[in-house]
Amino acid sequence: MNIKINGKIQVVDKNINLLELIKSLGLSSCRVVTEYNLRIVPTEEREKTFLKENDSLEIISFVGGG
Amino acid sequence: MEDLLEIGGKKIKSRLFLGTGKFSDYTLMKKALEVSETEIITVALRRVDLESKQDNILDYIPKKCTVMVNTSGARDADEAVRIARLAKMSGAGLWVKIEVIRDNKYLLPDNLETLKATEILAKEGFVVLPYMSPDISIARKMVECGAAAVMPLGSPIGSNRGLKTKELISIMIEEIKAPIIVDAGLGRPSDACACMELGCAAVLVNTAVAISKDPINMAKAFSEGVIAGRRAYLCKITQGFNAASPSSPLTGFLREEK
Repeated sequence: MNIKINGKIQVVDKNINLLELIKSLGLSSCRVVTEYNLRIVPTEEREKTFLKENDSLEIISFVGGG
Repeated sequence: MEDLLEIGGKKIKSRLFLGTGKFSDYTLMKKALEVSETEIITVALRRVDLESKQDNILDYIPKKCTVMVNTSGARDADEAVRIARLAKMSGAGLWVKIEVIRDNKYLLPDNLETLKATEILAKEGFVVLPYMSPDISIARKMVECGAAAVMPLGSPIGSNRGLKTKELISIMIEEIKAPIIVDAGLGRPSDACACMELGCAAVLVNTAVAISKDPINMAKAFSEGVIAGRRAYLCKITQGFNAASPSSPLTGFLREEK
């Protein structure tokens, strides 16, 4: 199914949960913040958050800044 | 008695806050942060680049530092609030530098949107430090709304042009009952020193350190500038006089008096 990750449409497995998706992207779950359809998803809720077709996901982390 | 700056319940020894942008690598940045002895550093939040994995910047921040997340990229109050809430969820703490900018050329902040975000986030328990154009009325309102400090600009972000807003900053120091921290544009340690001599509570520097040929020594130089300026401020700098005043005695000269 298609979901939008950080503004780009990507194809992901059906019935995947957020935690699995983060891992499949090679990211460490504790190092990123996730916003799913404009709602912040706390780390402990990722495993029970199942993604659906056309959902929008933001995966965010810290970078250098002034 | 130790001269400490208190913001958001934290007692801070170093009055040099440092940004972490534009460093050529994180290891170098870490060393610069360490030698500066800074205790407050800023970071930004961005989308993870899924194509090229980067190290996590938080691994390169000295343990004693408090991380203040900036809301750079926000174009209005709502976006700034969204970024601050995301930062909180990440476990970075509650310190936030509100930065709301719509002007792409000079990167001057939108004071009204910044004020709105300050009010919302202070109510939510954040330690809010708004970056702003020096304006005494807005600064007063920011403090009334719960800003922990106010951060007027010295000159445009990344310009290294120094303290161009000196007169306004000076009035703010006199009139605003909250720490005034000059943020943006400071290009030399002498700029940082001048801010501290004036009575600023602290300064926030990034570009001048990060893009210098030797960021580690430049961080140290800024740290020394801040210490010197603060020490001079506490000693009450004497105002200038028009006429000269000899420093050596006017008696006992090695010549015959006429």
